Amino acid sequence: MYNEESYGGNIMDVIKNLFRKNVRQYAMLIALVVIMVFFQIATKGILLVPMNVTNLILQNGYVFILAIGMTLTILTGGNIDLSVGSLCALVGAVVGTLIITMHMSIVLAIVISLLLAVIIGIWQGFWIAYIRIPSFIVTLAGMLLFRGLTVTMLKGLTLAPFPESFQNISSGFVPDIFNVVGTSINLTAIIVGVIVSILYVVIQLKQRAKKQKSNFEVGSLMFFVIQIIVMVFIINLFFYWLASYKGIPIALVIIGVLIVAYSIFTTRTVPGRYLYAMGGNEKAAKLSGINTNKVLFFAYVNMAVLSAVAGMMFASRINSASPSAGLNFELDAIGACFIGGASAYGGVGTIVGAIVGALVMGVLNNGMSILGVGSDWQMSIKGLVLLTAVAFDVISKMKSKA
Amino acid sequence: MDEFILEMRNITKMFPGVKALDNVNLKVKSGAIHALIGENGAGKSTLMNVLSGIYPYGTYSGEIIYQGNKCIFKNIKDSEKTGIGIIHQELALIPYLSIGENIFLGNERSKHKFINWDETHIKSNELLKKVGLKVDSSTIIKDIGVGMQQLVEIAKALAQNVKLLILDEPTAALNEEDSNNLLKLLLELKEDGITSIIISHKLNEIMKISDAITIIRDGATIETLSKGDKDLSEDRIIKGMVGRELINRFPIHDSNIGEIVFEVKDWNVYDPLIEERKVIDNISMNVRKGEIVGFSGLMGSGRTELAMSIFGRAYGKRISGKIIKDGKEIILKNVRQAIDNGLAYVTEDRKSAGLVLMQDIRSNISLANLKKISLNQFVDEHKEIQVAEEYRKKLNIKSSSIFQNTGNLSGGNQQKVVLSKWIFTDPEVLILDEPTRGIDVGAKYEIYTIINKLADDGKSIIFISSELPEILGICDRVYVMNEGKIVGELSKKDASQESIMKCIMKSHMEVT
Repeated sequence: MYNEESYGGNIMDVIKNLFRKNVRQYAMLIALVVIMVFFQIATKGILLVPMNVTNLILQNGYVFILAIGMTLTILTGGNIDLSVGSLCALVGAVVGTLIITMHMSIVLAIVISLLLAVIIGIWQGFWIAYIRIPSFIVTLAGMLLFRGLTVTMLKGLTLAPFPESFQNISSGFVPDIFNVVGTSINLTAIIVGVIVSILYVVIQLKQRAKKQKSNFEVGSLMFFVIQIIVMVFIINLFFYWLASYKGIPIALVIIGVLIVAYSIFTTRTVPGRYLYAMGGNEKAAKLSGINTNKVLFFAYVNMAVLSAVAGMMFASRINSASPSAGLNFELDAIGACFIGGASAYGGVGTIVGAIVGALVMGVLNNGMSILGVGSDWQMSIKGLVLLTAVAFDVISKMKSKA
Repeated sequence: MDEFILEMRNITKMFPGVKALDNVNLKVKSGAIHALIGENGAGKSTLMNVLSGIYPYGTYSGEIIYQGNKCIFKNIKDSEKTGIGIIHQELALIPYLSIGENIFLGNERSKHKFINWDETHIKSNELLKKVGLKVDSSTIIKDIGVGMQQLVEIAKALAQNVKLLILDEPTAALNEEDSNNLLKLLLELKEDGITSIIISHKLNEIMKISDAITIIRDGATIETLSKGDKDLSEDRIIKGMVGRELINRFPIHDSNIGEIVFEVKDWNVYDPLIEERKVIDNISMNVRKGEIVGFSGLMGSGRTELAMSIFGRAYGKRISGKIIKDGKEIILKNVRQAIDNGLAYVTEDRKSAGLVLMQDIRSNISLANLKKISLNQFVDEHKEIQVAEEYRKKLNIKSSSIFQNTGNLSGGNQQKVVLSKWIFTDPEVLILDEPTRGIDVGAKYEIYTIINKLADDGKSIIFISSELPEILGICDRVYVMNEGKIVGELSKKDASQESIMKCIMKSHMEVT
């Protein structure tokens, strides 16, 4: 998003100004960095070794994907979806049955699962958007319903293993096609990192130029340059980490595409605007000619499809279809959105925020596991983090009003 | 008894970055009705919040002498104890509780911590009688209208033995009849020795009932006028409020009226909840190119319902009738179709139905016509910013930038954003529902100018208003509505306060 305010020359003013405008998002980003530094020191450097960075992404892949979908439903007016965990399990069971039991081709099985998710999305979306039963109730029913169907379908047993090609969704890596010399480091990852940073710089420059051309105030040049340098550094550091292990995970490609696509969708497109408008004031949105039922319906169909993607990714990762898969996934996703700055009343929130929120949770999980903190404590600490993040938001808003 | 029940001396209140009140002085005579007037944002409400303890002692400077004592209120409870009662613009009643429960909320009639229901009901019924309400105290608040709710608020204050009653725009949401009842009640309370401070934008009401008028502008007291002062006149007050003389409250306008553009025939609408209740009864109306057609009537006469049912059936069930535009019948099944066919509707409640308050000016202006600034569903933000800047200039929206949230704008500027949004859809027929409600005199004038300009550009305007002077001031023709029917059509020449009221009264007699 833009910051169109003109900044004074003083760099401290610039930072203060930016900070004040985006306290919440920057606060969470800062919190994420602090948490990472803390665990990096506490784990004596294990947190950010290349293997663990890749692991972090693979472990939390499903949360990222679910958090994207959940952001959309929350935007419509604080509507959450409690059924996503059960739906992940159900899709895992369907895919498992089709591939392992019925030996169906993987592509066909994935297509069928996605179609099933669309139907389930229509089912829930119908009750929520057109009959206007509160989403909490519909998805609570879905949570029970889909879990029950999963257990019935699997007869309470775990199906395993998947063929290797299906496992690749979560454990495969992009082949190192550029590495002709045979170095130990993954050249493809390095090259992709460079391409991504060039794209980033080009897009930033273009936007700035366009803004200047139409006579809009832009931030100070110094700040702009610093921002670009920091981002390029982070992007390349990240891809260097990946390159030092096995390269770019296939799961990361899926997640990356989803993040970019949904960020553009929510901020740049007409339907994306409708999501925010509806969450901000449904009556006004309706009277502005927006079919809010359709918007709400879409958010839930979309959520079901993303749940299916997450469900398949998870099944591939644990290499089985299990009746207890996806337990508490909905809570991770909802928590990520709120930690990332979404409003519980709708109309406020971003995809990037939700991803930052998911990373906060993921790093906490991973760091504590390395330190040998028991899962009982992990849960309690995550609960406190969620409360702290939202309390911080509410209190900072109170202060700005007074 | 002291001559002055209340003296506020040199009150100064700072908010971060702004001086909301600057050495304000206010003296209120015991047993008087004292009016407090000024433009929106002048500091009237802030002053009353200081008085009632909403801003506790110590957050402002200056002193308050009430009944001869210096006041140190830490919260509302403290001021209530001394007999100061404040009734806010937004009513503070609980919709699903009964009138009786609301009247004694926080002040329950009880014995040993158990509520004494008999006493609650008997006492509330007495109070209701006193304020002139003929309903039982067991009625649920949501089932009575705003006018009655206002009276319940007063009953609630009386239950606390109020001596100084503060009313913040009590008649803003009321129709003529309810307003008159309320004003009459204030005069009755005066007889009982209750002092009132009334904040209002309606000058005629103030002139009618108040003993003294204090004008506030930009956080400072300008002057206090007393009843009987020779030069006390509406113009004088307006001059004090805006700091300049408004020669006309309505801009001079020569209308250039063309052919009939929009017509509604035999329109019937039923209540969406109570299906057998007819809300709109066989209405036919039309509006010409460049014409401003007023819809006058009491609150609840069906004007908003008519407008919304026409606007893509945004209200009502079992709608029947014809809509004809440019001689051809059109069918508008939803709001989108209405907009696409050149209709626009500016709602009567800009905060709850007109704006997305948490979003900035820019997104609000583009909301109803994103199509125009997007390509293949992608919004061109640069175009959007240009459009917003253009309207900000054209309609003189006072804001730090187009990125300011609409929730932080004053009423008049919010209304300009809503108008921008609809002008941007390039409509041919604009329906404006109470477009100047709760807006100060200066901003009203600007809104009238915008409306006239739109008519000059060849748009047809349907102007719904409960304020008769405004209807008379700017409309070329007036329809009078009552109980879902059109009970009169008056040309500019024939329209007057009396002729409009006569239409309404005559229709009442026909019914009974």
